[in-house]
Amino acid sequence: MSKWHFVTDGFVKNNPTFVLVLGMCPTLATTTSAMNGLEMGLATMFVLILSNIVISLIAPMVPDKVRIPVYITVIATFVTVLQLLMQAFTPAVYETLGLFIPLIVVNCIVLGRAEGFANKHSVGESALDGLGVGLGFTASLTVIGIVREILGSGAVFGWKFISGDGILAFVMAPGAFLVLGFLMVLFNKYLAKK
Amino acid sequence: MAAASTLKNMALCLTAVCLICSAVVGGAYAVTKDPIDAAARAKTTASIAAVLPSFTGTPEEGSINVDGADYTYYKADGAGYAIISTTSGFGGALTLMVGIDEKGVVHNTTVLSHSETPGLGAKCTTDTHFMEQFRGFDPAAKTLAVKKDGGDLDAITASTITSRAYALAVSNAVNVFHKLTGGQGNE
Repeated sequence: MSKWHFVTDGFVKNNPTFVLVLGMCPTLATTTSAMNGLEMGLATMFVLILSNIVISLIAPMVPDKVRIPVYITVIATFVTVLQLLMQAFTPAVYETLGLFIPLIVVNCIVLGRAEGFANKHSVGESALDGLGVGLGFTASLTVIGIVREILGSGAVFGWKFISGDGILAFVMAPGAFLVLGFLMVLFNKYLAKK
Repeated sequence: MAAASTLKNMALCLTAVCLICSAVVGGAYAVTKDPIDAAARAKTTASIAAVLPSFTGTPEEGSINVDGADYTYYKADGAGYAIISTTSGFGGALTLMVGIDEKGVVHNTTVLSHSETPGLGAKCTTDTHFMEQFRGFDPAAKTLAVKKDGGDLDAITASTITSRAYALAVSNAVNVFHKLTGGQGNE
């Protein structure tokens, strides 16, 4: 019970998208639909949990001056493995997200959690933190995706309820910034009330 | 407490990490190589089946150079040819699989890969009105170009460049077909 807050912290108080405002590149680029946002979030969560676990394990043995190269190598390994697995078993998902999967390596959420959390905490706590931040990122991306898909294509998760075209701008980059901005305001207003 | 940052420690640590990581990536590659190849093959087979009338047997792969560009094609006995044709769209390469039956009529087309704008050019994969125009298109009777260019095809709204690229890719495939069968091109 006492460790449960590591998960909820990542989800609400340290929400990577709406509070820490990290990892904006995949956030803005892949959330053209709810499904894309969800898949990108899950892919990032996979890397986050594994890299957090491994980095918390090896942190005591890594000399301070080379810790960043070591962390990046570990993260890049998991991203490459993920990329190969997606290519092999979910080729359709890989086709939509392909370009953004290698970019998870430089996603500052992953390195940020490695540097800011995993190298100071135990394996279990780091895994929970990876899960929490990963879920927070996934939920944020899915919500942005849902809003953009409703406004931009008149659909949710590919299920179309308005015939015809939506507001095109919301499928493209300007709409991504608008939706992100408004959701960030709402989220922080809700946080401030609590 | 972290190990001291001496040269020896740093070199050892980086070497060890890189070795282990390379082993992991190598292992993952070995494990996923066959499924990846199988997935790629399944995709090719599925797109050939989608663009040609039903046929039996395995399509025969070949390649040909037409007007300085290399094309890969699949010949299916009794059904015709499925030709992979690439042109430049609005956002980059637009690659189609074009199925042409033995009479030289376009049976169907499908997009293999594209990098068109979401919501605009990317509709070339979802706009049924646009895609249906190519189904059963006879290049001998009609012109493979958008109406703006004097052809017989309706372009996707606000995506003339993508539509042009699509039409050109199909038109190139028709030329490849004529080269393969020894007939005349459509231009």
